[in-house]
Amino acid sequence: MTRKIISFLLFCFVTITHAAPDIQKWETSNGAVALFVAAPELPMVDIRVVFDAGSARDGDKWGIAALTNAVVAEGAGGMSAEQISEKFDDVGAILGSGSLRDMAFVSVRTITEKKNYDTALEGLATVITKPDFPQAAFERQKRRTLIGLQQKKQSPSAIAEEAFYKALYGDHPYAHPPSGDEESVGQITREDLVAFYNKWYTAKNATIAIVGDLTFEQAKQAAEKVIGELPSGEPAPCLPPVKDLEKEKVIRIHHPSSQTTVLIGQPGMKRGDPDYFALYVGNHSLGGSGLVSRLSNEVREKRGLSYSVYSYFLPMREKGPWMAGMQTRNEKVEEGLKVMRETIRTYIDQGQTEEEFAASVKNITGGFPLRIDNNSKIVEYLSMIGFYGLPLDYLDTFIDKIKALTVDQTREAMKRRLHPDKMVTVVVGGSVEKTLAGQ
Amino acid sequence: MFHKSGKKYAALIFVISGLIQGLAQAMESNTTHEYKLENGLKLIVQEDHRSPVVVTQIWYKVGSSYEHEGITGLSHMLEHMMFKGTKTLKPGEFSRIIAENGGRENAFTSTDYTVYFQQLEKSRLPISFQLEADRMRNLVIADEEFLKERQVVAEERRMRTEDNPQALAYETFQATAWQTSPYRNPVIGWMADILHYEPQDMRDWYNMWYAPNNATVVVVGDVKPDEVYQLAQEYFGPLKPEKLAVLKERPEVPQRGEKRLFIQDDAKVPYLLMGYKVPSLVDSRKHPEMIPEQDIYALEVLAGVLDGGNSSRLTRNLIRGQEVAASAGAGYSMMSRLGTLFTFDGTPAQGQTIDKLEKAIRTEIEKIKKEPLDVGELERVKIGVITSDIYQRDSVYYQAMVIGMLETVGLGWPTRDEYVEKVRAVTAERVQAVAKKYLIDDHLTVAVLQPAASKKEQQLSAVTSR
Repeated sequence: MTRKIISFLLFCFVTITHAAPDIQKWETSNGAVALFVAAPELPMVDIRVVFDAGSARDGDKWGIAALTNAVVAEGAGGMSAEQISEKFDDVGAILGSGSLRDMAFVSVRTITEKKNYDTALEGLATVITKPDFPQAAFERQKRRTLIGLQQKKQSPSAIAEEAFYKALYGDHPYAHPPSGDEESVGQITREDLVAFYNKWYTAKNATIAIVGDLTFEQAKQAAEKVIGELPSGEPAPCLPPVKDLEKEKVIRIHHPSSQTTVLIGQPGMKRGDPDYFALYVGNHSLGGSGLVSRLSNEVREKRGLSYSVYSYFLPMREKGPWMAGMQTRNEKVEEGLKVMRETIRTYIDQGQTEEEFAASVKNITGGFPLRIDNNSKIVEYLSMIGFYGLPLDYLDTFIDKIKALTVDQTREAMKRRLHPDKMVTVVVGGSVEKTLAGQ
Repeated sequence: MFHKSGKKYAALIFVISGLIQGLAQAMESNTTHEYKLENGLKLIVQEDHRSPVVVTQIWYKVGSSYEHEGITGLSHMLEHMMFKGTKTLKPGEFSRIIAENGGRENAFTSTDYTVYFQQLEKSRLPISFQLEADRMRNLVIADEEFLKERQVVAEERRMRTEDNPQALAYETFQATAWQTSPYRNPVIGWMADILHYEPQDMRDWYNMWYAPNNATVVVVGDVKPDEVYQLAQEYFGPLKPEKLAVLKERPEVPQRGEKRLFIQDDAKVPYLLMGYKVPSLVDSRKHPEMIPEQDIYALEVLAGVLDGGNSSRLTRNLIRGQEVAASAGAGYSMMSRLGTLFTFDGTPAQGQTIDKLEKAIRTEIEKIKKEPLDVGELERVKIGVITSDIYQRDSVYYQAMVIGMLETVGLGWPTRDEYVEKVRAVTAERVQAVAKKYLIDDHLTVAVLQPAASKKEQQLSAVTSR
């Protein structure tokens, strides 16, 4: 009887459309892209400023984008790191920052009470527009980065990821780790940071996203206050296109761990890729839907080989990776690898089944409200839409675009874009002989 | 360093409190509703109408601190088995149904609770209730499924602990700090225990703890409380209660002197962990004469003074300042069911040593004991608490977490509403007093993770890093 009720519930849902947030978009006086969504329910505001200043802009100074981003709040406008941190903590504002391959961001969350809000905005503006890069703070962050690089060597998954990107991207700016390596970080100087900042932290290279209890007018003022004093500069030049892999590569690295980590993949797709929706749905039932995915079923549910197994596209400015991964006890790695590869190959050859396709579409459309159910998530979407130049109706049309797909389209797109014969496989762990290390 | 006058802060706090009261009034419809079903199930509903979504969390009063030697981690493995089918659902079907309905689901186990949750578009709440009610009493633990899942749990342990030097150090640290408290065992269990669970152990454990009278259902989202109550009666109402086992008291024996341990592992970076035995809010409720409630809130404030933001003492003095640490933190979880640890952890900065880091941390502790807090510093922590209270309302999931946790450890969800006021009442003198009272060397455990890779290994990993 229980099952009857569930089936009934499954089929009786009428299509419920949910209004996506109303996005305002404009350009600041100095040329930055600005986006705003009003969220009057809570007396708080989130602001996120994103620059095209991730590690893809490192050049030969690997790690400089991350270091620059980490030092902006360590001294600015004549204030020391102590003064800056007290300024934010005094009003309960939370300053955030981070750096990936495509982008670097600085963000703040504050309550709207005038004194707190004004202080938080002023602090954010100072950090973004007037960093001093004090020599001592720079040296300290550099040493912390070096410790972080050591720590990564303790982690089989971090080692595997680094080798994976290197093999996938060759001489492309996506190839090296955003945190750089010991040698490159060791050579970076304070002057390098200043030059990097001046070049990339400019208005035309920035997107500012604002979500919170403000009017549109207030949001416009906020954007001017936070980044209005940045020089206009120029948008960053295009990154080189990512080359497809010409042949299969297998990289085996020894690590003294009880498990072996496996990563399989290839260059995937860009943000705004015409195949985005077909590939997103196409991958969903392979390894993007958690426990119910094909990979999870084969590797975890049927054989108990791995706790975590997945696949995903990571769309970036240029082609980000498609990757599948798992980790299993050393003695089972060959079996696990075989199951992974066969599952991927069969799935791409034959495409997802009608049932898998239908289930993925239901999951993605039915779960849409969860993507935008709080301010944190909306501000991330806004900065993504602005940064990658996605259409403003991206969220409004999301469900329709998924629903417009056919299973033939997802099968065709997956087959055309993924090539099991030319993928990179990285294997890291105790199952790899030490003599093979580095191969 | 600048000294700030207390007056300025007092004014600021006053303003923010006004804001909170205003917020509370504006959100008056968003009150918390509590219900109890005849079978003992507790239901707590919190309205949040910002988005057409709902989160359901089922909190069971069972976790690793309910276990004994030989079966450690059984609660966690049971969490895995809860997705493996019931009398009417095949293995994996639970997840499939939630996925088809656009839901996100997962579960987690802790020392004090096991929690299952789904996030769904609001009209699909009945699906979550129906599925959770079903697996609350009708789970089927088939031998074959069990044996496969045992391997998955072993893999999970390898991934999380065995191959992660800091996690391994933390586990060893806990097992050393606690002598008789069940907190000495890891939530995921010891590997030998995992590999020797039998299906019948699991069935017994399930029958013992999974019953409506041992569960709290928390629902937060765009819902009407009375309708949720009706749904709960419909789906959970028919479930039979269980005669619950009485958990035997297993208090920690008094610690008589500092404990130190060294862990050698294939790590690259040394790591320091320190923990002082301190009471939780539950302890205070049981023994208010020995552990006044204000002690607990003062320990909470102390954690904030040490590690509550970029301006807090460990970051200011150890990472910046002396530059003795690459990372440094302090932590205290006042919501533990049993006595807990006030912890410090950190990695030395480049060219520094574990010894120097430990000395620097101890110096910070001594400073707290000897010198009164700066007024500005104390007020900053309080403002952080007040603003966090607002920020946390951005997440329905987090709101449900707070309610579920407070209920499950036995404090009751209304404790949530006292939190800000009680933190605000903490004085500088009280913070100093609790540091003196609880952060004492006889109750301290210190663990040091020492990199022990062979030279050969080091050379090899140098090759592989490029």
